[in-house]
Amino acid sequence: MNPDELLFAETHEWAKVVDEDGAKVATVGISAFAVEQLTDLVYMELPSVGTAVEAGREFGEVESVKAVSPLYSPVTGEIIAVNTSLPDSLETLNADPYNAGWIIKVKLTNESSLAKLLDYAAYQKQCAEEG
Amino acid sequence: MDVALARTPLYDWHVARNARMVDFAGWSMPVQYSSIVEEHKATRSAVGVFDISHMGRLRFDGEGAAKFLDRLLTRRVVGLGRGLIRYSLVTNEAGGILDDVLVYHQADVRNKPFHLLVVNASNRAKIVAWIERHLTDADGVTFRDQTVATAMIAVQGPQALNALQPLVDVRLGDMQYYTGQASQIAGHAGIVSRTGYTGEDGCELIVAAESAAAVVERLFAEGEAFGVRPAGLGARDTLRLEAAMPLYGHELSEAIDPFQAGLGFAVHLTDRDFIGSAALRELQERPNRVQRVGLELSSKRVPREHYPVLANGHAVGEITSGTFSPTLERPIAMAYVQPNAADVGVELAVDIRGRAEAARVVPLPFYKRLRI
Repeated sequence: MNPDELLFAETHEWAKVVDEDGAKVATVGISAFAVEQLTDLVYMELPSVGTAVEAGREFGEVESVKAVSPLYSPVTGEIIAVNTSLPDSLETLNADPYNAGWIIKVKLTNESSLAKLLDYAAYQKQCAEEG
Repeated sequence: MDVALARTPLYDWHVARNARMVDFAGWSMPVQYSSIVEEHKATRSAVGVFDISHMGRLRFDGEGAAKFLDRLLTRRVVGLGRGLIRYSLVTNEAGGILDDVLVYHQADVRNKPFHLLVVNASNRAKIVAWIERHLTDADGVTFRDQTVATAMIAVQGPQALNALQPLVDVRLGDMQYYTGQASQIAGHAGIVSRTGYTGEDGCELIVAAESAAAVVERLFAEGEAFGVRPAGLGARDTLRLEAAMPLYGHELSEAIDPFQAGLGFAVHLTDRDFIGSAALRELQERPNRVQRVGLELSSKRVPREHYPVLANGHAVGEITSGTFSPTLERPIAMAYVQPNAADVGVELAVDIRGRAEAARVVPLPFYKRLRI
């Protein structure tokens, strides 16, 4: 996926929403900017399939040498898939944050939060301001 | 509003190398250039170069300098041989730690002796005020804060001496650890010392502020073959943590005394008095106080400052510094714990954001370089 096809949260997660069998499913990850800012990732804690997530609420955490950062869900729904190989290959997040570096897939139960997400241009502007 | 941060003489050099700059004790300092782990490993395997100009450099001239400092420091300064450097503490009347410092006894180019105190950036204003409070005209001491007029550069790692040797006119290999000498450094007058804060062999350089950029440029030109890399405060922290060196504001504070911190070696109480010595004589005999330990975890979750340390579910202490050790590839931490939980081998736990992770008390340091 190209980043300009994605929606971004101010907290640096991305979401790609598609229709699957009549339901809306979001693939969720973290942005290249976030990965670059974190650097030296050492650990990622992920939820299990079936967990309910809520937009703006924590669903996992990523640990770097310097600090721990929460992962916030950009969408509301139920987790239907988890990229379980990711914690053992965190370098994937550097190499391919928008494809192989996906973190969870969520079946949406409420689409209202999507309106709060940014498109890539708006997100890039935010990143430029954060420096 | 942000208060304007102080800049070291190497600020432009850091920015030109794409350093990520952060506020550290009021200074704009490089936390990393590429990655903390890469800079850490470069220092363990080759050479890391650190700008440590933010540290305070306080100079004492005059007949009474040694005697005055002897009254302020936990370690004997009177009788400290020319060229020697000692790690020491500044304590308050209650024996609490005001700072940990290096004291140098040096001679300038005219062979005139002076003493130098290198203090933590975060404590510089406090220590300067402490000195001014205790210094009287009768002491016969001229005190000058030379922090801004000078720069300080740490060159650390197994290849540090090789990388630096072409720049200096002293034989680095002949210098003992914890000694310092006046030297030309890339054609600029300065002080070279065999000191550091990484657990590696290496040197620290002090030069005039206006010479700093030229010295560093020359070091990178001459040292390229030895794998010289710039390293930031992020790597400095992981390196010192592996070497179990305490950091003021984390392992050290006014609420901690030197014995709790495991720094009794830096307290000389025999046949002398200094500020805090009466309290320290008592504290030395007082049992049942929390003490500094090292912890290793088998999980990958990293214990951070202030996380509770548990024994059988009950809090017995607190983490003061923690990181993921790039050398050992597991989380390590220093903590203060109750004495009954402080023995090497004791199984404890760290409350990492609500979940207890198993931890074990291990001997310090976590990392010790091979000495050949």
